[in-house]
Amino acid sequence: MSFSVNEPSNRQKWGAGILVISYAIITLLPLLWIIATGFKSPADSISYPPKVLFEPSLEGYVNLFTTQTRASEETFEALGDPTTWYDEIVRKKGMVIVGPSRFSERFLNSVIIGFGSTFFAIVLGTAAAYAFSRFRVPLKDDLLFFILSTRMMPPIAVAIPIFLMFRQLGLSDTHAGMILLYTGVNLSLAVWLINGFIDEIPIEYEEAALIDGYTRFQAFYKVVLPQAATGIASTAIFCLIFAWNEYAFAVLLTSGNAQTAPPFIPTIIGVGGFDWPAMAAGATIFLLPVMVFTILLRKHLLSGITFGAVRK
Amino acid sequence: MADVELRNITKSFDKDIGLEKVSLKINDGEFVVLLGPTGAGKTTTLRLIAGLEKPDSGEIWIDGRNVVNDSPAQRDVAMVFQQYSLYPHLTVRENLEFPLKSPILKTPVDVMKRKVNDVAEVLRISHKLDNKATELSGGEMQRVSMGRALVRNPRIYLMDEPLSSLDAKLRSELRIELKRIQAELGATILYVTHDQIEAMTMATQIGVLNNGRLEQFGPPREIYENPSSQYVATRLGSPRINTLPVSIFGGAPAGSALIGLRPEHIHIGSGQDCQVTRIEHLGDQIRLHLRLAGHNIITLTDTHTSIKVGDVIAIQPNNPIFFDANGSRVV
Repeated sequence: MSFSVNEPSNRQKWGAGILVISYAIITLLPLLWIIATGFKSPADSISYPPKVLFEPSLEGYVNLFTTQTRASEETFEALGDPTTWYDEIVRKKGMVIVGPSRFSERFLNSVIIGFGSTFFAIVLGTAAAYAFSRFRVPLKDDLLFFILSTRMMPPIAVAIPIFLMFRQLGLSDTHAGMILLYTGVNLSLAVWLINGFIDEIPIEYEEAALIDGYTRFQAFYKVVLPQAATGIASTAIFCLIFAWNEYAFAVLLTSGNAQTAPPFIPTIIGVGGFDWPAMAAGATIFLLPVMVFTILLRKHLLSGITFGAVRK
Repeated sequence: MADVELRNITKSFDKDIGLEKVSLKINDGEFVVLLGPTGAGKTTTLRLIAGLEKPDSGEIWIDGRNVVNDSPAQRDVAMVFQQYSLYPHLTVRENLEFPLKSPILKTPVDVMKRKVNDVAEVLRISHKLDNKATELSGGEMQRVSMGRALVRNPRIYLMDEPLSSLDAKLRSELRIELKRIQAELGATILYVTHDQIEAMTMATQIGVLNNGRLEQFGPPREIYENPSSQYVATRLGSPRINTLPVSIFGGAPAGSALIGLRPEHIHIGSGQDCQVTRIEHLGDQIRLHLRLAGHNIITLTDTHTSIKVGDVIAIQPNNPIFFDANGSRVV
């Protein structure tokens, strides 16, 4: 049998394959369960033993997006036949739709706050990281350590001071306040990661651009940025995932106006107990943006998290 | 193209001396080569002229203007780096267009196209123009980075060992090519190298740097035949100049401590006896390694020699150069 340093044996390949697939199944199963529950009827969703095969229903999604109320026989008669498919689903339960639910609003809040804070964390983080990487900043190492140290405790440990500060400054339950908070928490990560990526880019490129007749900003924009794009993209994913999933501060600091989806989804209470299909539907929709964003950038993510060691 | 002059430039890095009171004048159309070992201050000189470093003191004049406070872009110089000089995210064509597209030049598209094609022709990279810069071999990359300088018409070309990463054949070809381009364009070039052959073949003037000081500046022949110090004498010539105590041959001028003998400045047939320790056949010449009073000497002889290892032959100096105890020239 021949031995090769860089070519794994067949047995190793099989072993690795089985390991990866079983890990994928373990991590994907809860996800599939949530997606499936979203399409179950409330009865199916809590049946025991759990149903793997079931008749799909959109009731969960209808419940998620609408506010309903129980109606009397007279009301039904007055309304006439249901005009839309979702009307029909609701009427079957003896309810009528009285208006949209707050889910779309909360979801939009999540989008604004999540992408907004990611944008600011990346813009500010890139600027700071570039300065740390390229200029002689006094006390550079201490400053970098200070920035990192903001990550050394869980952010929620400072929840009470932040709560009080936000109340004083009128930032409670505002989009600006939440964007500010998430940007602040993400900034340390952004500065550190992007600093590493920019350090990897030889300074000679910028010097060449300076001599070629460009200003420093143009050199940054035309030479450094395209090369750091991979790293910046993966940093953006990390920032977005944090801001998107953040629950504790969202519960604490938002209630009506700027509430994001995570604290909202568990409050979806149906008639007579939790409306699991609606919650699962909310969770599924909530998962989509990060999933799409990650899939779109997955190539960058892969080479990004190996910290620029890939190409020279 | 323009005159470039350094006046009393001093530059130190933290505590290391980079350059010490260097004055140097490069006339329009000259090909000046700075020669010296690693750390002598060659690259620092280029970076100072390009504006990538600021001198601690002294003035840099380009085209009759002190440019010490100008940005690199304002100085209108082109530089070829030793490495890392191609933008990896651009194609070869985009790399060559990059300086022409700068906000300072803003070259029209048709002119840019013509210039890029011309330069690609000269450097024989036309067929690679649409490749990504990272897909090139080392030699091609270096040619493209020279091309990126040559597409422009700057006041001076600064070249930092541009041929050092190439193989011998390509290096000698490009050496000739570069010399031809320089003559054709009437370009002013300041070229940095530690390769004495590059220096001797291309330069109209050579500057020899040692530890941040300019030891000697002059035409190649003068530097070779009339070195101002032992250091300069050892920088040029292969095999190296032999240096021996003056007492071995005698007849030295007052104050001299060392006698410098270039391999071709040793006359075989009379004088001091010495033993042949090794013979190297190089095809066009034969190098004799000799042992004389505890010193190793290398000399040359014609290819039809009958001298063998172990023979004792007599040698004497022919046109020697003398240095004092500090290595300075004694005339």
